[in-house]
Amino acid sequence: MSGIIAQNTLDNSGLVKAPVGGGAWTFIKKLTASGDANLSFVNGTSDVVLNSTYKEYLFTFNNIHPQTDNKNFELNFSDDTGSSYAVSKATTFFRPNHSENDTYTGLNYVTGYDLGNATGVQIISQGDGNENDESCSGYMVLYDPANTTFIKHFMCQINQKAKYPETVTTFVGGFCNTTSAIDAVQFTYSSGNIDLGDICLYGLTI
Amino acid sequence: MTGIIAQNVGRTSGLIKAASGGGGGGVWTLIKTLTSDGSDSDLSFVNGSSDVVLDSTYPIYVFKFINIHPETDNVQFMHNASTDAGSSYNLSKITTMFEGEHSEGGGSGTLGYITGHDIAPSTSNAKFTYNVGNDNDQCISGEMWLFNPSSSTFVKNFMAVVSNTHNGNYEKNTYTAGYYNTTSDIDAIQFTFSSDEIQGGKIKMYGLKDSA
Repeated sequence: MSGIIAQNTLDNSGLVKAPVGGGAWTFIKKLTASGDANLSFVNGTSDVVLNSTYKEYLFTFNNIHPQTDNKNFELNFSDDTGSSYAVSKATTFFRPNHSENDTYTGLNYVTGYDLGNATGVQIISQGDGNENDESCSGYMVLYDPANTTFIKHFMCQINQKAKYPETVTTFVGGFCNTTSAIDAVQFTYSSGNIDLGDICLYGLTI
Repeated sequence: MTGIIAQNVGRTSGLIKAASGGGGGGVWTLIKTLTSDGSDSDLSFVNGSSDVVLDSTYPIYVFKFINIHPETDNVQFMHNASTDAGSSYNLSKITTMFEGEHSEGGGSGTLGYITGHDIAPSTSNAKFTYNVGNDNDQCISGEMWLFNPSSSTFVKNFMAVVSNTHNGNYEKNTYTAGYYNTTSDIDAIQFTFSSDEIQGGKIKMYGLKDSA
């Protein structure tokens, strides 16, 4: 580059040269909770893009706080633009934890929280506390949801201050066992509302 | 935007409108790169100092560790944070640590929780990994996510993963996570080895935008 374009490199206004290869994350949508039963990203609704535009999607969770104490933060997927959230999934679930009073630590696979080709919700943060300073934060990557040949992989990692209190990091990986396009994702608590927090959706151009 | 610039949004060539907040486009904004000059006691990012932004501008910050090399063999790579713009780094925090390890010679592949190197609520530095080697080719690389450091409501969650060339010639893939147990605004973070200097490598700090 030379001239004015070179001068604008890293600037926050004006014109810049497009990134080589286009490998850039694009902000798509932010949903902010305020006592919501769910936060749902539906392709084609409210400016949400969740289709073949991007090959990889990133959801970030920032200070997700439950209305009710000791509830599980969960997700499910849809292949009918949110008419139903009941896609079959196979998942793994493991977590390290450490109590604030230092009486226990652990690294465990949790059999009861994984799924074996089940259509129910997948827990992605277990036993969230609702004390004022408690919340969970993390991210999930969803790969190529519009693909109609392969199943759809996803991986999730979330840390939380849990109710005991303790720090717990939840690692969930798995796939939607369908070759239909995934076009919506919904986040809920096992009961009660999502009191606070936000979820952002990004798309990666490859 | 209108015209040719609008048409080029998302393209891999041509011109696009620069993203607000800097960085030349995209939602990840490069805020600051600190490169070790070979004799750094620490590498610290302080909001408002040397172009560092560590406030409510971004909801999520990511630090990339690239080839961090210690002066001394068998030391721990650590972090601490500040609520007083770097005057002190001594926040209470709690962490977990687990790792996979495997020797260069092909033996001793294990996965487990590392009790001795996590931290119970303590203001001491928290380890990313331990027993880092200082052979010329040894270093650590990885990343740390810090969520909403400016919140005055919630504790501050973080998650990190590093690849460490252990001084005993092991690969250690170490995952740590936890929270700074404070509802005060975190405005500085510091990276150090448990003793002596950081003698090479760089740390890059990014902010993740939550708007277009």
